[in-house]
Amino acid sequence: MKNRTKLPNLYLGVVLALMYVPILLVILYSFNESKISSVWGGFSLKWYGELFRDREMFQALWNSIVLGVLSSLCAAVIGTLGAYGMSKVKFPLKGAVEYVSTLPIMIPEIILGMVFMAFFALIGLPFGMTTLVIAHTSFSIPYVFMLVKARLVGMDKSLPEAAQDLGASPVRVFLDVTLPLVFPAILSGMLLAFAMSMDDVIISVFVTGVDTNTLPVKVYTQLKTGVTPEINALCTLLFAATLLLCGVAALLGRAPKKQESEKDVTEP
Amino acid sequence: MSETILELQEIYKSFGDTPVLQGIGLKAAQGEFITLLGSSGCGKTTTLRIIAGLETPDQGRVLLEGRDMTQAPPNKRDVNTVFQNYALFPHMNVEQNVGYALKIRKRPKGEIKEEVKKMLELVQLSGFERRMPGELSGGQRQRVAIARSLINRPKLLLLDEPLGALDLQLRRQMQQELKRLQKKLGITFIYITHDQEEALNMSDRIAVMKDGRFQQVGTPSQVYDSPLTSYVARFVGTANIVQGTVGTVSGDLVEFVGQNGKTSFGSRGHSFVPGSPVTLAVRGEQAQAVKGEEGPGLAGVVKEKSFSGGMLRIAVELSGGEEFICSRHGIDWELAPGDRVRINWQPEHACPVDLPRTESGEG
Repeated sequence: MKNRTKLPNLYLGVVLALMYVPILLVILYSFNESKISSVWGGFSLKWYGELFRDREMFQALWNSIVLGVLSSLCAAVIGTLGAYGMSKVKFPLKGAVEYVSTLPIMIPEIILGMVFMAFFALIGLPFGMTTLVIAHTSFSIPYVFMLVKARLVGMDKSLPEAAQDLGASPVRVFLDVTLPLVFPAILSGMLLAFAMSMDDVIISVFVTGVDTNTLPVKVYTQLKTGVTPEINALCTLLFAATLLLCGVAALLGRAPKKQESEKDVTEP
Repeated sequence: MSETILELQEIYKSFGDTPVLQGIGLKAAQGEFITLLGSSGCGKTTTLRIIAGLETPDQGRVLLEGRDMTQAPPNKRDVNTVFQNYALFPHMNVEQNVGYALKIRKRPKGEIKEEVKKMLELVQLSGFERRMPGELSGGQRQRVAIARSLINRPKLLLLDEPLGALDLQLRRQMQQELKRLQKKLGITFIYITHDQEEALNMSDRIAVMKDGRFQQVGTPSQVYDSPLTSYVARFVGTANIVQGTVGTVSGDLVEFVGQNGKTSFGSRGHSFVPGSPVTLAVRGEQAQAVKGEEGPGLAGVVKEKSFSGGMLRIAVELSGGEEFICSRHGIDWELAPGDRVRINWQPEHACPVDLPRTESGEG
């Protein structure tokens, strides 16, 4: 056996602490009786009560969920069809086209936000949920596209051929063989898209209307009037929901794949 | 002659600048077992894919039961394929895999179930309906793939090295089984392999392929005993190839003049002109190596002696530098490395090959 030092453990400890101590603090303070975050006034569920009475906050949360679900569904359909279509055709500029279609990931959000705003204003689309869904869909598509594309590349080419050989029309081949086999990739792409949509502030600020607030935008604007412990309670609840979603994703058995692609996304 | 199921007419195919098929022609009758034999890259898989409709030829026609199907997609052809890696749908169980072709054709559920049961009995996998492909051994997957492609009773079954991934013992067993199935169902099989033993064992006819062309199409005994080209002789029978010139011709007996001695061969109905070059194929077990420097035959020196598969083999280096392998049964041979020998054979055992073609065997 190799003689191991304690150094890797220490390193891991520091990294984990840096990541999770702030979160644990937020969770802890969400149960704090005192209004001032830095003073511990005893255990209380007061802020949760306040949160649940805050209708505006809940409306914002609801908006965010609707937006996330709609935009990730749209992105799933468009991204999957795009990746499938790309896998079927061959042309000289294919690589360039694929690159361009994943570009929104690399374009700074502030630019995307301005572009969307200018565009919607130009075509006269009223700002609100519609513009939000369109904007969020378009920056979510690359995630689905890339995950599904990777899955299609790794798929045994003879499977769809075998289905066709057995008498399936191209549509049946897609529905019976290709779609079920790429479904885990679509799902993890959707989860990723949902997560991106859920915490997007910048693009949303540009394209949202006066009376459609998303949760991140709402929280961000509240910062100006000072953070109330109510936000801590909200963060705690969201963190719990995130853990739950991650658990579901892990159960689907696609977590390693997703991480891999995420890395690919951020590297360039 | 029974009905022609498949006819390939002058098929040409290139991928980019690489020509893969250069004028393939073949006719297959109902119930025939035809093997495409060749080393990898010779174009046999492409030929199969063109028959299945997974590739379109650049030139030439594919006729199925007399109808031109060259442009028809795979799902419109009464042809099924057993893929090299089986290509079982990993998300469907055995029953769903086998029944897929019938499900596509919207047959009633009960009927599909019944048919699947029959097919699984046929390939001796009864009771495996609920298993997933990942839970099966290689041999079992193979059987599922065969059952799946047979369920729709195609007129023609294409098999792309179906036994390639199995171990030797299982291969032998599956060879027998496939042959039995084919006889029982009376379906035409086009079978791909690079294993000449498998080809000789199972086929009614063998098409030996090289560089996108058929070198010879014939029965196993034609291909084995009367190879047309030196490639076929080497590939199918691991024959020795010797080159020389034609000496005197007296009836069926032709004198062979090599660099290293004289002997003779049977003309096999071909005409030979004295002085012209000739290539002979001689099987190792049909050649005799006799110690000594006198007498007829090709002179050489024993290089190596080895024993394998119940045969004793000696490698003789002929004076011209070519290698000649002799083999015989048993373990005793008075020859040892370094001995000078003369190699000779019965005239009828030497087959002249690579003759200018009068007509090709097929299409």
